[in-house]
Amino acid sequence: MSQTTYVPFEQALKVYEPVFGLETHVELGTKSKMWCGCSTDFGADANTQVCPVCLGLPGSMPVVNRVAVESTIRIGLALNCSIATWCRFARKNYFYPDMPKDYQISQYDEPLCFDGYLDVTVETPEGPQVVRVEIERVHMEEDTGKLTHAGGATGRIHGADYSLVDYNRAGIPLIEIVTKPVSGTGALAPAVARAYVSELRDVMRALGVSDVRMEEGSLRCDVNLSLNRPGEQWGTRSETKNVNSLRSVERAVRSEIERQASVLDLGDRVIQETRHFHEDTGRSTSGRSKEQAEDYRYFPEPDLVPVAPSDAWVEQLRSTMPEMPSVKRARLQAEWNINEFELASLVNAGALDLVEASIAAGVDSVAARKWWTGELLRVANDTGVELADLQVSPGQIREIEELIALGALNDKLARQVFEGIIHGEGDVASVIAARGLAVVSDDTALLAAIDQALSAQPDVADKIRSGKVQAAGAIVGAVMKSTKGQADAAKVRILLLERLGVSE
Amino acid sequence: MTSISRDEVAHLAHLARLDLGAEELDHYASQLDVILQAVARISEVTADDIPAMSHPVPMTNVFREDVVTASLNRADVLSMAPAVEDDRFKVPRILDEE
Ligand SMILES: [Zn+2]
Repeated sequence: MSQTTYVPFEQALKVYEPVFGLETHVELGTKSKMWCGCSTDFGADANTQVCPVCLGLPGSMPVVNRVAVESTIRIGLALNCSIATWCRFARKNYFYPDMPKDYQISQYDEPLCFDGYLDVTVETPEGPQVVRVEIERVHMEEDTGKLTHAGGATGRIHGADYSLVDYNRAGIPLIEIVTKPVSGTGALAPAVARAYVSELRDVMRALGVSDVRMEEGSLRCDVNLSLNRPGEQWGTRSETKNVNSLRSVERAVRSEIERQASVLDLGDRVIQETRHFHEDTGRSTSGRSKEQAEDYRYFPEPDLVPVAPSDAWVEQLRSTMPEMPSVKRARLQAEWNINEFELASLVNAGALDLVEASIAAGVDSVAARKWWTGELLRVANDTGVELADLQVSPGQIREIEELIALGALNDKLARQVFEGIIHGEGDVASVIAARGLAVVSDDTALLAAIDQALSAQPDVADKIRSGKVQAAGAIVGAVMKSTKGQADAAKVRILLLERLGVSE
Repeated sequence: MTSISRDEVAHLAHLARLDLGAEELDHYASQLDVILQAVARISEVTADDIPAMSHPVPMTNVFREDVVTASLNRADVLSMAPAVEDDRFKVPRILDEE
């Protein structure tokens, strides 16, 4: 039953060509739900954001959230889609406790947006390559409630026979973005899939329609994939669900290529099925067999009238479109005069917007890039958070840079100020005061430290006096140590040479 | 002419998680068949140039503004649940599902 031997990725690609498609669900960041006025705030106490509409109580009637429709149209425009002039909602019937109505309101054969594309860039040994991912449709629906199976997050207790449901999430506006099958990418397939989701996330952020936090489930992916031999028809596809991080998108595609290749190599057939991806192992397991679309018995939603966006409305929304991430990246690369690799490292670190905001706050462009891709990125990686979540503001970086320019801080002390800010010790001034981080600029104090270092290392002092200026480093180092890094090394060196009557 | 088979009724019963016995399947299959045949008479008078109608009132674009309104009191909500645990609806686990 369980597949344990996988054909290695490179070997699989010598024999088969992958075709994949992605279905991405994005929770919109509207204040209220899709059909009712319940709040969408994340993290509220269970079942406190529910009402007759999102609980499906008899007699309640849904009404469409205007902003959700506008956000969907803006997403469609950003993905170069056509916008339907008339479309309906549809009832997707299924019996499962995550939807108290026993159906989900979705769109079936009349999506609001269709036939678009998104260009994504992947790194190859020959340099960056642009791949166009075609978009089949963007449609509106509602999210479902959240089920907890008895046994907690790690799984169920053996024999437990119940689940617990929180309906706060039921009815939150959900957008499904479906790609057309992507073929011809070969070994780049995992990277293209990842780059697509990453670009899609950046587009959503630029539009401001969703906070797209994969760890909170506001962006979720399903991966469809099949293999075929060159020149043959596309194979049977599987659908891998539960792919909830960028890294997992890449791993899920890779793993499914390896798994299907091993099935085909044995002369077996790939089964059309739903599989569940597991973050811990990077592999998927077989889920329930895919329900056929007809089993959902879709029909036009009688409680909601059709949506018919006028040209004027669509054009008005088009005028609110921000600069797209790919355009912005090209502009910033030119403005900052950086090469592709520097740009890629900023993008991969999630630092682009932060650097831009820091420069806008008055920080020098080189310094802004240095802090965000250096010390701050190191701290973010060490603590496992996103750069944007470090709680360091562009204004604070400007303050610190100004203090460095004045000689009141050096880089080493500045790192400690950042550490204090990140640990919630207050603003720049309070961290400096509380930690006593000011550079020692008092000459008397520095000279005392220099004299102490000289008397501790008389042989070094003699060397310097005899003209071996390069030996000064040992004394400067000792002074920096005794002042706990709070001295300006260049100044210590000048004072030291003056003290000994030596010139450079 | 439309007709619904006993197997189709059994399939629908499964989708709706209804546990129907053999006698009930026969009973409902014949009843549903009568209903479907009555409704099917409409297709005798429809033509290709008449689109299927889903909404009897010719209205579009009925929206609400994105404003948060009060939700229900949780105690009231949970009082409707068949069983409650940890402030959540306690429901039977559906077999074979994650
Ligand atoms: Zn509600």
